[in-house]
Amino acid sequence: MSQASSQQALFGIAAEYADDAALLDAARQARQAGYTVLEAYSPVPVHGLYEVLGGKRTKLPMLTLLGGVLGLIGGYALQIWVSAIEYPINVGGRPYISWGAFFPVGFACTILGAGLATFIGMFAMNKFPEPYHPIFNTPNFDQATKDRYFLCIEAADPQFDRNAVRDFLSKTQATTVSEVDE
Amino acid sequence: MNQSASIPLIENVGRRSLWVGIGFGVLALIGWLLNPAAFYQAYLIGYLFWLAIALGSLITLMIHHVAGGTWLYVIRRPMEAAIRTLPLLAILFLPILLGMSSLYPWSVAEIVADDKYLQFKSPYLNTPFFVLRAVIYFAVWCTLGHFLVKWSAQQDASGDPLLNRPLRVLSGGGIVAYVLTATFASFDWMMSVDPHWFSSIYGPIFMVSQGLGALCFLLIALALLARSEPLASVVTQDRYHDLGKWLFALVMLWAYMMFSQFLIIWSGNLPEHIAWYLRRSGSDWKVLALILTLFHFLVPFIVLLSRLAKQRSAILVKLAIGLLVLRFFDLFWLLAPDLHDGVFVLHWLDLVVPVALGGLWLAAYAQRLSDRPLLVLHDPRFPADTVKGGDHHE
Repeated sequence: MSQASSQQALFGIAAEYADDAALLDAARQARQAGYTVLEAYSPVPVHGLYEVLGGKRTKLPMLTLLGGVLGLIGGYALQIWVSAIEYPINVGGRPYISWGAFFPVGFACTILGAGLATFIGMFAMNKFPEPYHPIFNTPNFDQATKDRYFLCIEAADPQFDRNAVRDFLSKTQATTVSEVDE
Repeated sequence: MNQSASIPLIENVGRRSLWVGIGFGVLALIGWLLNPAAFYQAYLIGYLFWLAIALGSLITLMIHHVAGGTWLYVIRRPMEAAIRTLPLLAILFLPILLGMSSLYPWSVAEIVADDKYLQFKSPYLNTPFFVLRAVIYFAVWCTLGHFLVKWSAQQDASGDPLLNRPLRVLSGGGIVAYVLTATFASFDWMMSVDPHWFSSIYGPIFMVSQGLGALCFLLIALALLARSEPLASVVTQDRYHDLGKWLFALVMLWAYMMFSQFLIIWSGNLPEHIAWYLRRSGSDWKVLALILTLFHFLVPFIVLLSRLAKQRSAILVKLAIGLLVLRFFDLFWLLAPDLHDGVFVLHWLDLVVPVALGGLWLAAYAQRLSDRPLLVLHDPRFPADTVKGGDHHE
């Protein structure tokens, strides 16, 4: 591209597509060509794209489960501590530790724990909050939230070669190919 | 659409079921001669078990028409076949009317004469009104089923996309009608076995159990039908995943309803309510209650938490078979302690009669399943190409 951009560190090379099929096709070709550090940007979920990009199963469900189990234990612990240890009240001769009566609160705490773990875990795993990301240097990138699809092969890719990647992306159905500064 | 591949299987199952039904039916008749009361008690439980599959299919189909989505299309014809057995089930209800005195204490004049509570309840709990209500329930269910199936068949023939509207409108009102009739049917047929006891969540328990029973049956049927065309190319892993998620939801909903009732009655601890649970948690009934808690809820719940389990037909079918067996024992746990005066007995008729009814019902079901195309032909919301490839999701 311009001379100025070559002075700066390169984040990657991005290609813009008019529809999801073109993006999916390009992503598939890029993976077949051996590129591994690449990311796609799309205004809508594209079915199958995650698998094509080589995405792995996330650990988030395990985190949710863990949060839920901790919430359940916490909810029961709270009630047992309150009604059997710290301030025992005899309610119509029922046992102090009534597991059945404790269940609604235990259940609610399970949901709370699972929900919080999912929310915080999702943010942490996506490295949010992230105020700056180089991909926003791509020309026309604001259209990625409307009707444009982007694929970026990043400079961190072991196979990355500026000219080869440019040529490769130009041969896909890209409408434009541009270099993205760090 | 070529559907010849599945027909021999369906006809084979139907033929064998008929022989099982006839064989066990003869045994059941002998049992009826020997011990009519035990026969009627077994009949009520077995009848409600098979009725649940037809009524669960009815409510699921109506939800499908109202809510849309392509995921239920693969079991739409199996559901419609179950709905078409409702007139037969209405006829099979007659023995319950004959055996009322062995099932419902409020229908015996001598018991009512000694019991102020039953006298108070007699404007509702009396034999003529009970029969009239049963007629109304079946009239509502059969009418709903008749039109839902008829318009669906018309759409197959004509491909008229406008038929979706009457199907949706009827289903919307039909869901309300089903909830009302099923609630009162559960009070009449199940709850009034112990006419002193009452629980307002009993209707939802009845309905959720029907949805769950129907889904288990349909999952098994689907796995068998998906071995050959036309379903083989349509029933993908995604469809099992959808149905697996739904099974998961219903297993939880069943536990939620059962636990809600227990928690409220346990907390209240009032003599007229708690006796019902004391009868069901004493002696050997406790073991059955524990088995239901563990295997009707906890084990399926933990297994279905996993995404993989929801996608594998082999795992889902095993769960469905187990749950279906436990559906019977859940009904047994709900009804038999009152029918058997709190004593834990599993009479031989308790097993023979449900099998006999099941054989006859399955034979009728197979006949109804085989005379229509197994897949919806012309529904605008189910374009064959989106589902055929198995590549697209929605």
